[in-house]
Amino acid sequence: MINLEIPKRLRPLVEQAHAIATSVFRPISRKYDLAEHVYPKELDMLAAILDGVNDGGAGASASQLRRDTTPEDPGDGASRNRNGGNLATVLGMMELCWGDVGLALTIPRQGLGNAALSAVGTDEQKARFGKRWIAMAITEPNAGSDSAAIRTHARLEGDSWVISGEKIFVTAGERAEAIVVWATLDHSLGRAAIKSFFVPKGSPGMKVVRLDHKLGIRASDTATIMFDECRIPKENILGSAEIETDKSFAGAMKTFDNTRPVIAAMACGVARAALDRTRKVLADVMPGSANERSPWLGSHAEADLARLEAELEGARLLTLNAAWMADNRIPNSLQASMAKAKAGRAVTEITLRCVELCGASGYAETDLLEKWARDAKILDIFEGTQQIQMLVVARRVLGKTSGELH
Amino acid sequence: MPKATALFQRITSAPLRALTRLSGSDLTDRLHLRRPAEAAIYEAVRAGTKLVKMAAQTTTGEAKRLAPSKASGLFDPRPTEEQVLMRDAMRRFAEEVLRPAARGADDAAAPPNAVLEQGHALGLAGLAIPEALGGAATERSTVTNVLIAEELARGDMGLAVAMLAPLAAVNAIVEWGTAEQQARYLPSFLGDGFVPAALALLEPRPLFDPMRPRAGAVRTNDRGWALWGEKSLVPLSASARFFVVAAEVRGQGPRLFVVERDTPGLVITPDPAMGIRGAGLGRMHFEGARVPDDAMLGGSTPSTDFDLGALVDRARIAWGAMAIGTAQAVLDYVIPYCNARQAFGEPISNRQAVAFMIADAAIEVEGMRLLVHRAAALADQGAGFARPATLARLQCAAKGMKIGSDGVQLLGGHGFVKEHPVERWYRDLRAIGVLEGALLA
Repeated sequence: MINLEIPKRLRPLVEQAHAIATSVFRPISRKYDLAEHVYPKELDMLAAILDGVNDGGAGASASQLRRDTTPEDPGDGASRNRNGGNLATVLGMMELCWGDVGLALTIPRQGLGNAALSAVGTDEQKARFGKRWIAMAITEPNAGSDSAAIRTHARLEGDSWVISGEKIFVTAGERAEAIVVWATLDHSLGRAAIKSFFVPKGSPGMKVVRLDHKLGIRASDTATIMFDECRIPKENILGSAEIETDKSFAGAMKTFDNTRPVIAAMACGVARAALDRTRKVLADVMPGSANERSPWLGSHAEADLARLEAELEGARLLTLNAAWMADNRIPNSLQASMAKAKAGRAVTEITLRCVELCGASGYAETDLLEKWARDAKILDIFEGTQQIQMLVVARRVLGKTSGELH
Repeated sequence: MPKATALFQRITSAPLRALTRLSGSDLTDRLHLRRPAEAAIYEAVRAGTKLVKMAAQTTTGEAKRLAPSKASGLFDPRPTEEQVLMRDAMRRFAEEVLRPAARGADDAAAPPNAVLEQGHALGLAGLAIPEALGGAATERSTVTNVLIAEELARGDMGLAVAMLAPLAAVNAIVEWGTAEQQARYLPSFLGDGFVPAALALLEPRPLFDPMRPRAGAVRTNDRGWALWGEKSLVPLSASARFFVVAAEVRGQGPRLFVVERDTPGLVITPDPAMGIRGAGLGRMHFEGARVPDDAMLGGSTPSTDFDLGALVDRARIAWGAMAIGTAQAVLDYVIPYCNARQAFGEPISNRQAVAFMIADAAIEVEGMRLLVHRAAALADQGAGFARPATLARLQCAAKGMKIGSDGVQLLGGHGFVKEHPVERWYRDLRAIGVLEGALLA
């Protein structure tokens, strides 16, 4: 039976996340936007709390983005409807990012690498590598959206993989304790030869060489990492070492089915923050709500806010739907990309319009609105740009290969 | 269907005729409706069983209302099995009956009677009327109504509006009518023929606010009412036996009146529009139209029951469903077209400028669907749904129109001529941001 409300059993989690956003993130939001590259030590306490929550099995985190059910998840027997880790994570993330998306991205042990490990690692690897803060390294100076074109190379030498190459835009690349690195076993074999590797910090030959100065999410560190004949144990390859045409890359891409709804959720959280704040700022100057049902009959600002709220609501529901599908093991690549495409463009439009509607107060650093408008832009870029999401959706609905539509 | 026959021997109650007819009609054979028909029979049996239980209790003269449905408390985007069967049946009806009749109805600015009669045989009225009044409804079914409306509008929006217009009047009487009004008007909808009726809220004025209709009702010396004002784009205007009309009553705010077609002082003229022409649109001119005291829905005392906001919202949910259905039709049409159409040596859908327009439509239809379903589910649960309905309306009006416009664009000059239906969908989809009332999900 159709019901698109937040499930009862996840409401405490949503409230908890909102409380963290309000009382932990918001007070330090501007501080770490200004102090780029300074580690927000306030988050250590928070991470410890989150670890406890996760170990108790009731949490929402990167490591819970998985397709199997947890034993304590009751589901509902008759229709086998599961409201699990994916839904919990996107709901929690929406609230945390209502507080601050940069800080949410740098909560220890909640990296994208943790999500990748959950998606493609074996149980043994999850047990051995989990409990750590894991970043994800895909992009290279000459390979962004076209991740099949990466040049970073891995070769087997005895009991070690030897990795060489340069990775950029690694979120939490400096702070994380390990990196999941995408590298090719044989560049001539194309995407099938791309594998991911678990590289602990301090591995010989690995070096963080630079931290980027950014438009937004400045509380989160973004690193350039060099791998110069970097050696890791043979068992640190995630998934199989076989080059199976079409299969391996699909496996790696599977991570995105789970992480794209999370980025969409981040976008929903930031957009909601901007709308909430703008309504407050405008409360004194915007004529009353005589036209709640027909906002286009009121002021231009009122009509625009309602229009933007509707965009956000569409994005939010697409996000919950994509996460629900992941929870219920229904293939969701299409819906994950739909959610991210809609949420990515919505958050950019909404935050920028909110700055404009609030005028000088929105543009000045005295308010967080301008910060959210800067933070928003990355959400339409990382984990697949707007244009990549459109390609994914278009290929699916038109039944085209990447060769036909590119 | 021997099993079904056996079941029907146990169901003798008149109320279920609408549903039993579904299994016997030639139409069901022609449309391969057997499986959904079986589901409807199952529902009928269930309803029949409950009816026996209720018979002893229904001796009072109170109006029968539909109760809210119970929610599971879990997030779930899936319709129930019964809803899926119903949806599939409507989809086939839309494909095989509505779509072929769409162009003709658009040209004639009127729905063909044969289509309306075939539509009546689907038994939708039975699903709207409470079982205590002879129908099969046990609880609010806004979600089911939405799923039905989506599929019918996928066939043709104008004809879907014509088919569903009487159900808007029925739903209003179920929701806000007195027991006497329910007994007087509802049983006829369960008969053998299609009964045309309509709900009139929209007025021909710019920046119309549906919460503040200007049409008014004033007391007459004989304790009746005189209605003044205008209603526009009213479906089935040429045939409706009666209309449920929203008018302002001094001291009470807006109320609904049942106005019979032959009421003196009521003049009805055709009001053909840009689109949804198959609905048979008309304008109602009230020039002191005299109706009796009991024409006021819910009784003439200041009513605490009637909620114009809920009417506006449920109408918008239904129009959202219309947008979803027609936008889906656009998508279904442009995908094979753009995959087949060649330019510069390859299908035009190999180009991002074309492919992304289609991807965008696919994303927005999905978003529209979720927005409308959320509002509908809240309505069924008896929870507040005003804001979700407003947001659904905003997205469906804007994105539906964008999809309609892109549909024509994708076909280029071919989209502009009537050999293809996309120009009609373009005109139909403009209705979502304009129409108020007329439908009630």
